[in-house]
Amino acid sequence: MTDFSHSLALIVAEEVLTVVGLVLLLASAWLGDKASRGISIVAVAALVACAFLAAPTLAGGLMGPDRLAFGGQYIGDAFSAFAKILIYVSAAVTLIFAPNFLNRFVVNGQGAMRAEFPVLVLFAVVGMNLMVSAGDFMTLYIGLELNSLSAYVLAAFLRTDERSAEAGLKYFVLGALASGIILFGMSLTYGFAGSTDFMAVRGAMAGELATGAIFGLVFVLAGLAFKISAVPFHMWTPDVYEGAPTPVTTFFATAPKVAALALTMRVALGAFGGAVDAWQQIVIFVALASIIVGALGAIGQSNIKRLLAFSSINNIGFLLIGLAAATEQGAAAMLVYLFIYVFMSIAGFAVILMLRDVDGNPVEAIADLAGLSSVRPAMAWALLAVMFSLAGIPPLFGFYGKFVVFQAAVDADMIALAAIGIAASVIGAFYYIKVVKIAFFDEPSGRIVPETGPISHKIVLLVACLIISPLGYLLGPWLGGLTEKAAASLFLIG
Amino acid sequence: MIGIEHYLVVSSILFVLGVLGIFLNRKNVIVILMAIELILLAVNLNLVAFSAFLGDLTGQVFAMFVLTVAAGEAAIGLAILVIYFRGRGTIAVDDIHRMKG
Repeated sequence: MTDFSHSLALIVAEEVLTVVGLVLLLASAWLGDKASRGISIVAVAALVACAFLAAPTLAGGLMGPDRLAFGGQYIGDAFSAFAKILIYVSAAVTLIFAPNFLNRFVVNGQGAMRAEFPVLVLFAVVGMNLMVSAGDFMTLYIGLELNSLSAYVLAAFLRTDERSAEAGLKYFVLGALASGIILFGMSLTYGFAGSTDFMAVRGAMAGELATGAIFGLVFVLAGLAFKISAVPFHMWTPDVYEGAPTPVTTFFATAPKVAALALTMRVALGAFGGAVDAWQQIVIFVALASIIVGALGAIGQSNIKRLLAFSSINNIGFLLIGLAAATEQGAAAMLVYLFIYVFMSIAGFAVILMLRDVDGNPVEAIADLAGLSSVRPAMAWALLAVMFSLAGIPPLFGFYGKFVVFQAAVDADMIALAAIGIAASVIGAFYYIKVVKIAFFDEPSGRIVPETGPISHKIVLLVACLIISPLGYLLGPWLGGLTEKAAASLFLIG
Repeated sequence: MIGIEHYLVVSSILFVLGVLGIFLNRKNVIVILMAIELILLAVNLNLVAFSAFLGDLTGQVFAMFVLTVAAGEAAIGLAILVIYFRGRGTIAVDDIHRMKG
C-alpha cells in the first residue's frame, strides 16, 4: 500500500493535468465558447504549477529506484523533469498565441477559438509526460497515442479551412502508420526479450541479437524517426506545418519534438542501450540525411512555415548527432540543443504570428517579408536573431547548441561525422541568410502593415529573443549543470 | 503442429498488407483507415501469440490496450475525414493535394 501511495505521489504532475483537463472539459461543455479565455488561463496556470513541481526533481538531479513508480513502468527522474519543463513552456506559449490567431477566422458565426482547444493541449501534454517518463513499452504506447490523438485534432482545428483539414488528415494517416510501425516493433521486441520493461529488455538484448530482435529494434526506431520527423520519414512535416493553424504549428515544432526525442533517447540508450552497435549506423545515416535533406529542401520554399518545417528536419539531424555518439556527454549536449531549439522555434513563430498583411490576414509568403526592416524594424531584427541562431552563427546562442553536439561527436571519436555535419550546416546557412536578405535589403512589398501585436506576444518574443541572443551564454554553465544531471539519470542502469 | 513461427508469418503478411494498403491505395481514405486497422490487428496477433508462447500475461494486457486505442484512433480519423469531406466534397486520395508535398 505504501508502494502504491509512493507511485501516486510521483505522478502528481500527471494527476494535476488530467484532473484539470477533465474539469475544464466539463466547464467548456457547460459554459460554452465564451469561457475559452478563462479556460485558457486556468490551463496555463496548471502548466506553470506543474513546471514548479518538476523543478526540484531536476535541480536535485533525482534518479534511481526511488523515482520508479508502478513497478518501473513510470520513471520520474531528472531527465524526464528536464523534458517536461520544456514541454510545459511550449504548451503554455501555444495557449498564449492561440486566441489572437484563431479569433480572426469565423466558424459558425463566431471566432474559431473554442473552449476545447486548451483542453486538447492539456491532454496532449499528459501524453507527452508519459512519453518522456516511460519505463515500459506499454506506458510509451499509451503516452504516444494520447499525444498523437490530441495532435491530430489540433492540426485540423480550423475546421472551415481546407488546408487545416488536409493537414489533420495527412497527419492522422501518417501518424497512425508510424504508431503501427512502432507497435509492430514493440511486439517483436516483447517476443524476443520476454518483457516490455525497458531494463528487462536491456538485459535480454545484450550481446548477439536474434534476427527478430533486430527487426523489432529497427521498427521501433523507424516509428520514432517518424515522430521526430527525421529523414527518410519526414514527408509529412512540411504539409502539416503549412496547413495547421500557426499556433498549433508552434506547438508541433516544440513540445512533441521534445517529447519524441526524449523518448527516442530513453529507448535507444536505455532499452536498446546494450545493442548500441546495432543502431549506431542507422542513427548516423538518419542524422546526416536529415541535415542534408532539411537544408536542400528548404532552399526552394516560398512559404515561411514550410521553410521552418525543413529547418526543424535539419535541426533534428544535428540533435541526432548527439545520439549517435551514444555517450553521456552526447545526451547532455542534445538536451542543451533541445533547450535552445525550443526557444528559437518559439521566437520564430512569434514573429510570424505578429505580422499582418493589408487584408488583416497572417503573413506566410516569404516574398511578403520584403523590406520588413523599414515597416517593422523590431520584427526584422528578431527575425534576424532567429535565422542567424538557427544557422548557428556566433555570437548567437544557437551556435552553442551546435558546438556542444559536435564536441560530443568529436570526443566519441566520430570526427568524420562531425566534419560532414559542419560542412552541411553551411548549406543551411544559405536559406536562413536569404530570409534575412529579403527582410533587410529588398524593396518593401507593401503587404505588411505596421500594426503591433498584442502585449502577450511581445513579452514571449522578448524573452525568447533574450535567451537566443548572446546573453544566452550567461545561461551556459547553469544549463550545462542541469543537462549533466539529466543525462546522468538517463545512463543510470537500475 | 502450429508453432509460433506460423503466427509470426501470418502477422507479418497482415502487417505488410496494411502498409501496402496505405501506400498503393489510390481510391479513397476509408480504405486507408481499414489498412491501419489491419496493421493494428497484425500487432495484436503477434502480442497474443508471443504471450501464449512465453507463458507471460503482459502481451495480452498490451493487446487490450491496443484494441482500446485503436477504437479511439478510428473515431478521431473518421471525425477528421468528415470535416475534410465537408470542405472538399471528396475523399479520393488523389485529390488530397492542396499543399504540395
